[in-house]
Amino acid sequence: MSKPKVAFYWAASCGGCEIAVLDIGERILPLSEAVEIVFWPCAIDVKYDEVRAMRDGEIDLCLFNGAIRNSENEEMAKLLRRKSKILVAYGSCAHEGCIPGLANLKTRREILHRNYIEIPSLDNPDGTMPRTRTVVPEGELELPELYDTVLTLDQVVEVDYYVPGCPPVADQTWAVLEAVLEGNLPEKGSVVGAGTKIVCDDCPLEKKETRISGFVRPHEIVPEPGRCLLEQGIYCAGIGTRTGCGALCPSVGMPCRGCYGPPPGVLDQGAKIVSALGSVIDSQDPEEVERIMAQIPCPVGLFYRFSLPHSILRRKTTDDYKD
Amino acid sequence: MKRIGVFVCHCGINIADTVDVKRVAEEASRMPGVVFARDYIYMCSDPGQALVRETISQEKLDGVIIAACSPSLHESTFRAAAQEVGLNPWQVEIANIREQCSWVHTDRKKATDKAIRIVSTMVEKTLLNESLSPIPVRITKRALVIGGGIAGIQAALDIADSGHEVILVEKDSSIGGHMAQLSETFPTLDCSQCILTPKMVAAGKHRNIRLMTYSEVEEVSGYVGNFNVRIRRKAPFVDWSVCTGCGLCMEKCPAKVPSEFDRGLSTHGAIYVPFPQAVPNKPVIDRDSCIYFRTGKCRLCEKVCEIGAIRFEQEDEIIEEEVGAIVAAPGYDTLPVTELKEYGSGEVPDVIDGLAFERLLSASGPTGGEVRRPSDGKVPKEVVFVQCAGSRDPERYKPYCSKICCMYTTKHALLYKHRVHDGQPYIFYIDIRTGGKGYEEFYHRAEQEEGIIYLRGKVAKIFQDGDKTVVWGTDTLSGRNVEIEADLVVLATAVVSRDSTGELVKKLRIQTGPNGFLSEAHPKLRPVESINSGFFIAGAAQGPKDIPETVAQASGAACKVISLFSRDHLEQDPAIAWVDEELCGGCRICVSVCPYDAREFDEERGIATVNEALCEGCGSCVAACACGATQQRNLSDSQIRRMVTASLGGE
Ligand SMILES: Cc1cc2nc3c(=O)[nH]c(=O)nc-3n(C[C@H](O)[C@H](O)[C@H](O)COP(=O)(O)OP(=O)(O)OC[C@H]3O[C@@H](n4cnc5c(N)ncnc54)[C@H](O)[C@@H]3O)c2cc1C
Ligand code: SF4
Ligand code: SF4
Repeated sequence: MSKPKVAFYWAASCGGCEIAVLDIGERILPLSEAVEIVFWPCAIDVKYDEVRAMRDGEIDLCLFNGAIRNSENEEMAKLLRRKSKILVAYGSCAHEGCIPGLANLKTRREILHRNYIEIPSLDNPDGTMPRTRTVVPEGELELPELYDTVLTLDQVVEVDYYVPGCPPVADQTWAVLEAVLEGNLPEKGSVVGAGTKIVCDDCPLEKKETRISGFVRPHEIVPEPGRCLLEQGIYCAGIGTRTGCGALCPSVGMPCRGCYGPPPGVLDQGAKIVSALGSVIDSQDPEEVERIMAQIPCPVGLFYRFSLPHSILRRKTTDDYKD
Repeated sequence: MKRIGVFVCHCGINIADTVDVKRVAEEASRMPGVVFARDYIYMCSDPGQALVRETISQEKLDGVIIAACSPSLHESTFRAAAQEVGLNPWQVEIANIREQCSWVHTDRKKATDKAIRIVSTMVEKTLLNESLSPIPVRITKRALVIGGGIAGIQAALDIADSGHEVILVEKDSSIGGHMAQLSETFPTLDCSQCILTPKMVAAGKHRNIRLMTYSEVEEVSGYVGNFNVRIRRKAPFVDWSVCTGCGLCMEKCPAKVPSEFDRGLSTHGAIYVPFPQAVPNKPVIDRDSCIYFRTGKCRLCEKVCEIGAIRFEQEDEIIEEEVGAIVAAPGYDTLPVTELKEYGSGEVPDVIDGLAFERLLSASGPTGGEVRRPSDGKVPKEVVFVQCAGSRDPERYKPYCSKICCMYTTKHALLYKHRVHDGQPYIFYIDIRTGGKGYEEFYHRAEQEEGIIYLRGKVAKIFQDGDKTVVWGTDTLSGRNVEIEADLVVLATAVVSRDSTGELVKKLRIQTGPNGFLSEAHPKLRPVESINSGFFIAGAAQGPKDIPETVAQASGAACKVISLFSRDHLEQDPAIAWVDEELCGGCRICVSVCPYDAREFDEERGIATVNEALCEGCGSCVAACACGATQQRNLSDSQIRRMVTASLGGE
C-alpha cells in the first residue's frame, strides 16, 4: 500500500504554525517515514503547478494554516480543497482569523493609506500604491489582490476539521496526525486536538469567587502567586477559552489570551467574555463601572484578539478613509 | 418539526386598531412549524380560550403562541388552558403585540410588520422549547411576624388561630406599639387600652405564638417556604423565667430616665417596664443609664429582688429559626418636633406632638388623664392644634398626607373639651379629610356641638412669650392674619417610616418606596404582599394608617400566609438556570454573581451547581458564564440567537 500523502500550506499567518508542526520534534522522523509529504512550501520545493496537476482528492490530508487575506490565499484554499480528501483548518488564523483578522477593524483603503502614505518612516514621494498589475520592460507583472475583509478558511471553502491554537501545541498536533493516520476521526466539522472545557478547568491557580474592582495590565503588578489572575484584575480569557493547551500561560503566571477559541456551544467568544466580566465588576455605580471599563484601552482588540472574523461582529463597517 | 398554533388577539380595538391582525395570522401561518393561525376578538374570553383548547386537541399542537397583551397579564391564563387539554404549559408562549407594539405605534403598516416579527421571534423560541414540570419545594409551616404593634399582634393571632406556629419578634420589651400610647380612639372614642390589652394578653398566652420581645432580626436567608432567620435577643439583665414582675426593683432604682413611652413627660428607673400593662410584664435594665453599668457601683435592684432575678452578666443571645413566611409590621414614627424650625425646633416647652397629648389625655398617663401643660403643670385654657405639621409640604418636609391627623386632631380637641369645659380649642387645618366610616359625622359633632374653632390656613410661626406660646397664622377663609396667645400647642406631626425600617428591609431584601414606607407588590391588587415571594406587609409601615385599616391589612396578610401554608408544597417555576456538567470548567464566576445564593461550588467534582429551590431564574449567572455551561431553561443561547435573528427580520 502506498503511503498517505500529506500537504502543509501557509496562507495569511505569521509562520508560527509551521514551526508548531516542526515542534513535534523527533516524531517528525517516524512521520516522514509513514507519510509522503507532497507539498510544503516552507520546507520543500514543490510548485503550485505541480499541485494543480494532481488528481482531485489525491492528497489524503492537508493542514492549512493562515487566514484568507488576498486572492492568492483564496485560490490556494480552493485548489487544496479540491485536491485533498481531508482539509484541516490548522491554527487560530485558519480557524477564526486570529491576529491578521484584526485588520477587519480597518478597511483596505485605510490600511493601504496608512502603510504607503502616512507612516513617518516611509519614503514614497510619488505616493505609489500596490497594484495587482504592473507593466515593466520585461512584461506585465501580477500580484495577488489584497482583500478588504480577512476571512477564515471555512468562509471560503468547506473545512473538515479544526485544530485551534496560536499556535497549536505540539502534542495536540501529533495526536491529530496520529488520529488521521489511524483513520480514527470524529464527526466532520469537529474541533480536534483540543478539549471540551475551558482553560480554568486545567488551570492550577486558586479561585475564590472574588469580584473585580479594577483591571491592571500584567506588567503593572506582581501577581500574588497561586491565585487566579482574573480575580487580581489581570484580564484572563481562560473563562471563555477552550482547553487543549494545558493552561500553559496561567501556569507560568501569564494570563490566557484566548487563542484556543470558544468552548463548544459558544458562538462568540468575545461577547461571552464581555458578558461575564460585566457581571463580576464590583460596583453598582454606573460611573465607577465606566471608569473600570475604561482601564481596557481597546476592548475589541482584547476580547476578539483571535476571533474577530469568525465572530458576530466580523468587521468594522464604516470607512474612515480620508484623502 | 413541532406543530405550532398561533392565536392572534384583537384585544377589542386595543390591538386591531393599529395592527392588521388578519395579516399577522396570515403571515404566521407561513412560519416554520406553524400549522394553524387565526385571529379572534378577545382571546382571553371564554370562547377565546375554548378556541385555543379545541385547536390544541384537533390539530395535535405541541406549541402555542398567543399574540396578545403582556405575559404578566395572561401567560398563566393560557398556560392553564393548554394544560387542561394536556399540553405542557411551558410550550405556551405569549407574543406581546399590545404593550410592545399597538400601544406604542400609530403607523398601521409598520406596526403590523413589527407584530409579524414579534410573532416570528416567539415561533423561533417555541420551536426549541422543552416541556418542563414545576419544581416542588417543601414549606416550613411556621411564620415570623416582625413588629408587635396592633398590626403584628393581629396578624400573629390570625395565623396562630389557624393552627400554625408564629414567632412574634418585637424590638421593645413589650408588645403594643403606638396604639398602647393612645388614650381614646376616633371615631367611637373607645379607650385604646381597653381594646388593645386583651389582644396583647391573647397574643402572650396563645399556645401557637412564641413571643420574642426585646429582640431583633439579625439576618434572613433562604426563600419562600424555607427561610432561616437569626434573631438577636437583647440581654434584659433580668432572668425573665424567674422574675415575677413584682416591680420592687423599679421602685428602688435611683436612676432617672425620661420615659419614651410617655414622650418624655415622666421618668422611670434604669430598670423598667415601659407601661404597667406591658406584655410580657418583665423589666429590662437600660445599660446606658444604669448606674452600675456606668460607674461599677449600685446593684440596688439586685439587693431588693427577693428571688434573685437580676443578671448583670447576661449577654445577647442569637437564636436561629426556620420559618416559611415573614410578615413585616414595623410600624411608624412621627416626625420629631425638633425638625420643625418655624414651630420652635422643640425648644418651646409647651409645644408638644400628638402622641404626647395622647399621654396627657390618658388615664394611665403621667398626669392621670388631666390635661396639664409640661412647662408648669397648669391646666391650659387656650389650646391650638396644628394639622399637617410637616405633611403635605414637598419643599421642606414630607410631600404626602399623613392621613390620620385630621381625625385624631378633632379627637384631641374634643377630648380636651371634655376634660376642660371652659377651655377653647383652635384647629389650624388645610382641609379636613374624613374618609372613613363615621368620620364625617364625628367631625361635624366636634365642629357644631363642641365649640371648637376651625381655622383654615397654615401656621407660619410659633414662639414663646412669657408663659404664653404665641401662634401666628392666617385664616384663609376670612383672609386675616391670626395671632393666638395659647397656653399649649399640639402639633399633628407627619407620620414617617421608622429609621430602623431601612435596615430591616435590607436584611429582608424587600423594597421601600420614595418615602421609606414598605412597598406592596401591586398598589391595588396585591396590597399586603411584597414583590419578593414569602414576604408580606402590614400596618403603618406600608403608609400612614388608622387602626381599622391596620387591622384589616394585618388580617389580609395573615390570610395570605395561611393560604400559603394550606398547600402541601410550593411549586417553583422550572424555567431556571441549569448547568451542563460536561462543559463547566469551574471558573466560579456564577457563584459570585448570583443574588439569591443559588449557585454553589462542588469542590469534589470541580463544577458549579444550581440549587433549584433558590434559583429565581434571574439569568445573572447565565450571562456571567463565559463557557456556556450555564443555560436558562427555555431561554438557551441558541434560542436567544434564533430569536434575535428573527426579530431582525432575517437569516
Ligand atoms: C397621635 C396619634 C393618635 C392616633 N389616634 C388614633 C385613633 O384615635 N384611632 C385610630 O384608628 N388610629 C389612631 N392613630 C394611628 C395608630 O397609632 C396606628 O394606626 C397604629 O398604631 C398602627 O399600628 P402598627 O402596628 O402598624 O404600628 P406601630 O404601632 O408603630 O407598631 C409597630 C411595632 O413594631 C415594633 N418594631 C419596629 N421595628 C421593629 C423591628 N425592626 N424589629 C422588631 N420590632 C420592631 C415597634 O417597636 C412597635 O411595637 C393615632 C396615631 C397618632 C400618631
Ligand atoms: S443597678 Fe442600680 S441603676 Fe442599674 S438598674 Fe439596678 S437599681 Fe437601677
Ligand atoms: S439564574 Fe439567577 S437566581 Fe438562578 S442561579 Fe443564576 S444567578 Fe442565581
